[in-house]
Amino acid sequence: MKASPEGVLTGAHYLDGDHACAEGALAAGCRFFAGYPITPSTEIAERIARRFPKVGGVFIQMEDEMASMAAILGAAWGGVKAMTCTSGPGFSLMMENIGLGIMMEVPCVVANVQRGGPSTGLPTMVGQQDMMQARWGSHGDYGIIALSPNSPQECFNRTIQAFNLSEKYRVPVLVMMDECVGHMTEKVVIPEPDEIEVVPRRLSPLPPGEYLPYAANGDKVPDMVTAGEGYRIHTTGLTHDERGYPVMTAEAQDKLVRRLRAKIDDNAGKIHDYECKRLDEADVVVVSYGITSRVARAAIDAALDDGLRVGEIRLITVWPFPSGLIRDLAARTKAFVVPEINLGQIVLEVERAAAGGARTISVTHAGGWVHDPQTIYHAIREGLRGNGAPRKPARKPRKEKQP
Amino acid sequence: MEPFLRMDRFPHIWCPGCGIGTVVTCFADALKKGAFDLDRVAVVSGIGCSGRVAGYIKLDSFHTTHGRPIPFATGLHLSNRKLKVVVISGDGDLIAIGGNHFIHAARRNVDLTVICINNFNYAMTGGQVGPGTPVSALSTTTPFGNFEHPFNLPALAASSGAVYVARWTSLHVRRLTNSILEALTKPGFTFVEVIAPCPTLYTRRNKLGTSIEVLGSYRDNCEIRHGADPSTVDITFGGKIVIGKFVDVAGKPTFLESLDAAMQRALGKEYGLGKDYYMRSAGQRALVDREARHD
Repeated sequence: MKASPEGVLTGAHYLDGDHACAEGALAAGCRFFAGYPITPSTEIAERIARRFPKVGGVFIQMEDEMASMAAILGAAWGGVKAMTCTSGPGFSLMMENIGLGIMMEVPCVVANVQRGGPSTGLPTMVGQQDMMQARWGSHGDYGIIALSPNSPQECFNRTIQAFNLSEKYRVPVLVMMDECVGHMTEKVVIPEPDEIEVVPRRLSPLPPGEYLPYAANGDKVPDMVTAGEGYRIHTTGLTHDERGYPVMTAEAQDKLVRRLRAKIDDNAGKIHDYECKRLDEADVVVVSYGITSRVARAAIDAALDDGLRVGEIRLITVWPFPSGLIRDLAARTKAFVVPEINLGQIVLEVERAAAGGARTISVTHAGGWVHDPQTIYHAIREGLRGNGAPRKPARKPRKEKQP
Repeated sequence: MEPFLRMDRFPHIWCPGCGIGTVVTCFADALKKGAFDLDRVAVVSGIGCSGRVAGYIKLDSFHTTHGRPIPFATGLHLSNRKLKVVVISGDGDLIAIGGNHFIHAARRNVDLTVICINNFNYAMTGGQVGPGTPVSALSTTTPFGNFEHPFNLPALAASSGAVYVARWTSLHVRRLTNSILEALTKPGFTFVEVIAPCPTLYTRRNKLGTSIEVLGSYRDNCEIRHGADPSTVDITFGGKIVIGKFVDVAGKPTFLESLDAAMQRALGKEYGLGKDYYMRSAGQRALVDREARHD
């Protein structure tokens, strides 16, 4: 269905990524936001606090991130689209209730504007160090969806996409922004409401009495209801059966947890979103996401100018990871170059998927700033040297002379 | 009782002599007395023995994470104003791990009724010391007697801003039922503490006798003192337990009343309340239809 006009600020704007994310949420139909201030994500909350009252949304600043995450789960059961935003330390605190959202299968969106870590780290400076936490941060086995925008326009678009995916697959969806993308200001075009596709909640057509809260459909996702409609549902973080009742057996656990994985894994083909360039004849493929995909641009352009055959994959869906794409490419390319603002996270997935078919070169950065494109350029050059060598970090940039 | 309970889930997990079932009965009686539309009442629990209450009550019921039922309930309530949201959980859940949420929900005066079943220990995990365990009481983690000062729950609730604060025991079923009904009817953050025996872990370890004997001690040791200053109702080991309705404040605006008033003041007609936006904006036509059927 199309977006409701009330929340859509149609027009061309000059926005930073955080504000664009907030506008994306409004356009997607988000009408409940609970959050706790944390740099560099706070501007999302601030814009929502200002915008929500006029469109019938409720904004609440909670006492911490655990409460924020719990509140959006409650709000989703109350019948609205809900989100929160945070950054590294707050993301860690949300993991507990992200797990509850996974177990109760609650549609909701969490934007994480990443900064340098661990711990308080670099509050005002960029990082991409929560990518593995996005996949595995909550305890237990589960499937999750995480998107990575690389511009303010994308923060708008991908936030809408995040809401749509969360409604479709009934899972918390993580918008893995970073400080650069969150704080850079660019032109953002917000379309007319009837040009914005939004996915409504998949409400059960069954009447109370016939409805089973966790009876999955063909796509392995159960239909939902809203509290207060007379369904008198029970839902729990405990392992449960189709009625939502706790069942403490290995069989029930196996059935439920495998479905929670499968509803993402089996639908991965429909969830995946990435940008590919020149993959057909590439000797080296640069795999990147977020702000790093834009920094890599300079390196790739320089390599192309040199006549090198360089392909590109920009991951938009980071989780589920597009293993098949990498696996297929590994058979006909020499190397993958993976720059990211961490000491090697998504590169591990690339390496796993490539399964030795092509070399994988990690271009690391501990956070605080983006890569020097030279380091990515050198890694591309190194990748051209051939197949089969073990993975090792790209050559370090020359040390700057002390003044 | 049957309309209020998920009979297909029985037998329940609570031990013989446990006080939690009594609280469930009193809650159901209060709902019946108040003639609430049961389709519009939701129960949220956390983790622990008392956290299992949500599982047995045949209402929209949510068994959440440890300590987080109050923020979950806050989201549920703020997103769906037609719901009456009740939190029923234990002292460890609400006051220790969830203590911050408890005081902030009271401060905001979110329209929730919180029923805290205080059995003086963490029972689900085997009887550890809790935030309400009296000094000198034995638990598995205070094998030589508790030496920490416990929270005085009514004082904590009252000083945090709760508009209704009462304490009863699981012996005082009639008064407890009436108190829960009052709490449910009163807008704002209302709090009822219920002292209840944990015969398997707390009372046995502390040689307080069987549950019947514990209930006898409630009869002998409790003093009803309505309007008592909450700061004077501390519980000591073996001492007198002051019970009653301590706080009943009139006219304090709830979170949503304050929000609506502030926004109407600031934005006038631009404030988008009352347009049933929630449902429409989320693109949920089916839900709007169901709402219409309901009203």
